[in-house]
Amino acid sequence: MSRPKAHIVGVGESRYTRWGKIGDVTEHALACQVIKRAVADAGLTMDDVDGLASFSEDRNEAVFLAAELGLPALRFGNMVWMPGGGGGCAAISNAAMAVETGQAEVVVVYRSLCQGQFFRFGSGRMGLSPTGDPQPPTVQRANSMTGASVGFVMPYGLLTGAAAYSLPTRRHMHLYGTTSEQLGLLAVTFREHASRNPRAVMGDRPMTLADHQASPMIADPHRLFDCCLESDGACAVVVTTQERARDLAKRPVEILASEQGAPKGYAFGPFANANIADELYATGGGEEMANRLWGKAGLRPGDVDVAQIYDHFTGCVLMQLEDYGFCERGEGGPFIESGALSWHGGSLPTNTHGGSLSEAYIHGLNHVVEGVRSLRGESTSPVENAEVCLVTSAACVPSSAILLGRR
Amino acid sequence: MSERFFPDSMPPPMAETITLPWWEAAAEHRLVVQRCTSCEHTRLPPAPVCPQCRSEDSDWKEVSGRGEVYTYTIVHRTIVADQELPFFIAVIALEGAGGVRMISNLVDVNSDQIEIGLPVEIVWEDMSADLAIPRFRPVENR
Ligand SMILES: [Zn+2]
Repeated sequence: MSRPKAHIVGVGESRYTRWGKIGDVTEHALACQVIKRAVADAGLTMDDVDGLASFSEDRNEAVFLAAELGLPALRFGNMVWMPGGGGGCAAISNAAMAVETGQAEVVVVYRSLCQGQFFRFGSGRMGLSPTGDPQPPTVQRANSMTGASVGFVMPYGLLTGAAAYSLPTRRHMHLYGTTSEQLGLLAVTFREHASRNPRAVMGDRPMTLADHQASPMIADPHRLFDCCLESDGACAVVVTTQERARDLAKRPVEILASEQGAPKGYAFGPFANANIADELYATGGGEEMANRLWGKAGLRPGDVDVAQIYDHFTGCVLMQLEDYGFCERGEGGPFIESGALSWHGGSLPTNTHGGSLSEAYIHGLNHVVEGVRSLRGESTSPVENAEVCLVTSAACVPSSAILLGRR
Repeated sequence: MSERFFPDSMPPPMAETITLPWWEAAAEHRLVVQRCTSCEHTRLPPAPVCPQCRSEDSDWKEVSGRGEVYTYTIVHRTIVADQELPFFIAVIALEGAGGVRMISNLVDVNSDQIEIGLPVEIVWEDMSADLAIPRFRPVENR
């Protein structure tokens, strides 16, 4: 007999802005704000919370947040290893494991990310010295294997995601004939969804395919409008037991299944690893994980009513559509052209909030929030009677995914 | 000193004990891959254990410096000061390296010439007396 599944019972968000526009409150204070909002949304109080979970490189440490927010005790404080946004769904998964096994009862997963208060990921600044000054042209000392690995990338000027994720996308184009226009249609669809969403940073900036094609090339084949936003904002998600979820404020959403990890030999993925297996290179790296996910849930891709797919770059979304079996390998382009991703009549309405391309880049935790909304019937681009939602966290890096179900 | 392709402001490599010998070989204009002395599996970047047989013993195999473009990107924006744009980043499938690829740059090339499968050969760029970076150019442009 399977044990009762954990549920998501609350979500909270700050305002979302372009990077640098949230200056009146610190990133850390914003984390406190959204945790409080998510707990209130659930109909719980901070006194009910006994766990906090986050993922990779979070500047906002759970031990401080627990003290600042007056948690009676911190029974579960958890971080996921997957780099960048790859751990968002894994943090939900870990929270679910905690409540399902009695390690904690109410765990809040959070992400606060104000690029304007630190540095813009898209600048490539993380590849330079802490001061940003040029370093002498000699081999520098790395203080970790990660640093030594990135050392085989930086001297070639590979400093941004836009350039790094162009490498598998370009190979996908070579193998399967995928086009920039197909990537553009994907971006246009998400922008249409954003135009219906008052929270979306790009909600008042309509975009046509011609606009996409005219946008400046950043790292071929990625144009500006193939790249996610650089944002300021925060959001949080409350996870608790099935029993506790029963009589709270909002309709609970069941976590049907979750998966996290990376295939063999993947390390950081194509960002810093040129030696990913050939059959994995022009993919999002998530196919094995997807198969495990479907198996666990006893569901098939055709059972998904709505999807929130991590969209750091358009090519990575296209490859995930193939990884998760919504179309055959190499058929992502035609699948997008079929109109599948549209909230209005598409076979797989995707990123109904606008995604990281058009709502905000909060390391994809906002995709979990939208997944919950879509099953509560609260999305601004609603999918009627949606019962199953797939949420993914990143691709082309070690990643994670969850399947959510309406109760 | 060799011909220069990139500015001094391009970030230098970082290395630790396991990867440093690779950069020392590069300084002597030798392109090497790490080879497991137990099962001959080759790997890059250097790592402490062979992922195939889990042996911790390895040596360095020098390779020809020829190869072909596995994939590439043409970069139009960078933070690197004084960098000419666009410039070219490619994954090179190295010849005689047991299937090992590496990330590098394409130099002495026009953007319309770049394609997957393009045969290339190594060009060493001396960034200083102590640091040489391997770049690649089309064999046909030699
Ligand atoms: Zn071996």
